[in-house]
Amino acid sequence: MEPLRMETENLTVHYGKSVGVRNVSLPVYDRKITALIGPSGCGKTTFLRALNRMHDLNPIVRIEGRVRLDGEDLYAPGVDPVAIRRRVGMVFQRPTPFPTMSIFENVVAGLRLVGVRDRERLMGVAERSLKAAALWDEVKDRLHEPAVGLSGGQQQRISIARALAVEPEVLLMDEPTSALDPISTQAIEDLLAGLKEQVTIVIVTHNMQQAARVSDYTAFFLNGDMIEFGPTERLFTNPSDPRTEAYITGRFG
Amino acid sequence: MRSRIYGKLGDRAFTALLVVLGLAVMLVAVLLAWELASGGAEAFRTFGFWGFASGSAWNAVAEQFGAWPFLLGTLITSAVALALAFLPALAAAIAIAEYAPRWLAEVVAYLIDLLAALPSVVYGLWGIFVLVPLVRDRIEQPLFLWSAEHAPALMGVLGPPTGIGMLSAVLVLALMIVPYASSLARDAIHMVPRDQREAMYALGATRWEVVRRVVLPYARGGIFAGVVLALARAIGETMAVTMLIGNSGQLPYSVFGPAATMASLIANEFAEAEGGLQLSSLLAVGFLLLLLSLAVNLIADFILRRMSVGEGRK
Amino acid sequence: MNLRRRYLRDRVMVALVYLGTALVLLPLGFILLHVFTQGIGALNWAFFTQPPAPPGEGGGGMLPAIVGTFVIDLMALAMGGVLGLGGGVLMAEYPDHPLNRPLRLVANVLGGVPAILMGLFAFVLVVEPMGGFSAFSGAVALAILMIPIIMRATEEVLRILPWELREAGLALGLPRWRVTLSLILPAARGGIVTGLLLALARAAGEAAPLLFTAFGNPFLSFDPLGPMDSLPLKIYVYAISPYEDWIRQAWGAALLLALMLMVTNYLARRALRRS
Repeated sequence: MEPLRMETENLTVHYGKSVGVRNVSLPVYDRKITALIGPSGCGKTTFLRALNRMHDLNPIVRIEGRVRLDGEDLYAPGVDPVAIRRRVGMVFQRPTPFPTMSIFENVVAGLRLVGVRDRERLMGVAERSLKAAALWDEVKDRLHEPAVGLSGGQQQRISIARALAVEPEVLLMDEPTSALDPISTQAIEDLLAGLKEQVTIVIVTHNMQQAARVSDYTAFFLNGDMIEFGPTERLFTNPSDPRTEAYITGRFG
Repeated sequence: MRSRIYGKLGDRAFTALLVVLGLAVMLVAVLLAWELASGGAEAFRTFGFWGFASGSAWNAVAEQFGAWPFLLGTLITSAVALALAFLPALAAAIAIAEYAPRWLAEVVAYLIDLLAALPSVVYGLWGIFVLVPLVRDRIEQPLFLWSAEHAPALMGVLGPPTGIGMLSAVLVLALMIVPYASSLARDAIHMVPRDQREAMYALGATRWEVVRRVVLPYARGGIFAGVVLALARAIGETMAVTMLIGNSGQLPYSVFGPAATMASLIANEFAEAEGGLQLSSLLAVGFLLLLLSLAVNLIADFILRRMSVGEGRK
Repeated sequence: MNLRRRYLRDRVMVALVYLGTALVLLPLGFILLHVFTQGIGALNWAFFTQPPAPPGEGGGGMLPAIVGTFVIDLMALAMGGVLGLGGGVLMAEYPDHPLNRPLRLVANVLGGVPAILMGLFAFVLVVEPMGGFSAFSGAVALAILMIPIIMRATEEVLRILPWELREAGLALGLPRWRVTLSLILPAARGGIVTGLLLALARAAGEAAPLLFTAFGNPFLSFDPLGPMDSLPLKIYVYAISPYEDWIRQAWGAALLLALMLMVTNYLARRALRRS
């Protein structure tokens, strides 16, 4: 069996009176890519945001069950969400460069938070992160220009570099390519294979082909339930649940 | 055939009507500037434009008129009021938009909007009967007595501790522009997209760090433009200042002493002006006030365009 | 890890932010409280039904000022409404019209002109040629104050309407003016009413533009060509008077005015929500 990095146990997310995710238990294996697929509104994004306590920002959300990172429950009393988000990074659907910051400042924004001032160290981290995000060659000559001048695909890779710069253990990606053109999408997919050497990835995607191409494990969500989880190849070639089969063969979604 | 004429003719007539109304609005604005300028022409001719603007005597008997004391009074009172109002206004905006729970934010926002709608004369009324005694008894007299004993040189700077004067006018001005500045800042902060905040939270930022590093930089254009607009409002504010500042034509040389602003001078003297050069001089002051407000508003516009980051994206 | 220090800073800033908010709300709360407690005692039957008593005599009321406020403000709303609506419709519905750019500039500029200057302008334009103070000249001053507010509100609500609505109307063979009058304006009714009410509320509290136009009048008057009183004017005159009874009534008038503005603002919000 593969080593675990994270896991959820009977995770339920309430949105006010309705339920966004019901009773999901999912293992996240170390340095693998886990894809969450399902039709829109199935709860996959809601589930993802529970993994680094992003729901804390919304007072109407209530969470039950366990989310463990290296065996430690993220929702146990006394656990600090700020520290958690540093260990579990996130990349969003739309690129989110900070428009008032340069490319360089964007990438090192997380380090600035903890008071790193050493210019050399910051530059080292920026270079390493931008290289990991396959962006270094494109921006190395204009690190101090505004990040908003970049293309959408480059902006998304800035967001990835920024998340990597704080060296998270897990990187959550919420449909990171859905706002991008096919070429940028390709660039980011290529990037993922290399990234999993350093970081465990959980990726939400609305695109089944993408999940099949990049992930090692896949979980299929429907109406807030996790219907099926397994190695990607097995799930796509030999699904055990008829609903999974219906979805991956394109009969709904 | 009939319907085509009906359509075309109707369209033409309708557009013509709108154009006439639009032209009328423009005419009003142009006339307003023109009437003030031509009404003040006599004063500008007599003293020269710069001579009038920099003249420091205002004497109806001697027919000597200069706008400098009032220009200075306007600039000092509004700048100091803005300096006092800025941080609390920004704090209230941040509290409403970022920190307070929904219900509290709504209550505070409602109160602030209500106070922004309260008329100037009401602030003036409150100023005369509540603020002035308070300022006189609690701030001015103790300070004055203290300086009489320990630093007599300071007494001239402080001025007569009557409560009516610059200090009270500045304080009430600050109170009046706080709600306005705050609601503009709040609007600017509300424009910051949610994903910007989330991106910073996801890097492991505390709430204040998100405000400091993402929200305020993103909203800076709107916030600064709001500050300048609040300044413009303070410059044109009339009634409350007129009721509290003491309306003295002397240069605003002391902290407590009476002074006047351009707006308060007009409000105070215009109805009793004897015509001729005095009337013209008051209209000329009005023209200067118009120029000053326009300049400040244009600066606000410029800031909003240059410092905004919103449209830089996409 | 200096997480504890970062949290400390977070706490301190929260405290400062709330302190600043309190600094804003406390004095402003005092103002509201004072207006209410001082004003409530002055609001009696005579206040609403009597003309002012001669100085120092006591008694009397605000009837001429209350009536005058309504007369002047409604006249102003009629004038400012027509011009503001016209300009707003032109800016929103004919975005390519050459008049638009200068008109937008003018709307911005007018919005930044101090209210007292509207009074000066109306004095030169109306009072001087007509040979005396009048309610009409006051209404002109307030109308100019309203125009940019109404224009901006009208343009904004019309802009929100989907362009398809216009295309649907044109596709039915309706001429453009019918589309605007029968489809667009009714669809934006709520927002337009809100703009009108907000402009009314803004103008109704102004005393500065009326000082040398409507001027004030202790007698009940409906004559738009003669001087007329108004609540803000009365508050100003009474507040700086030496008579205790007048000062008491100034507080009453302030409370009444504040209540009227609250109601108007409330109606404006409601109109917006219902549209």
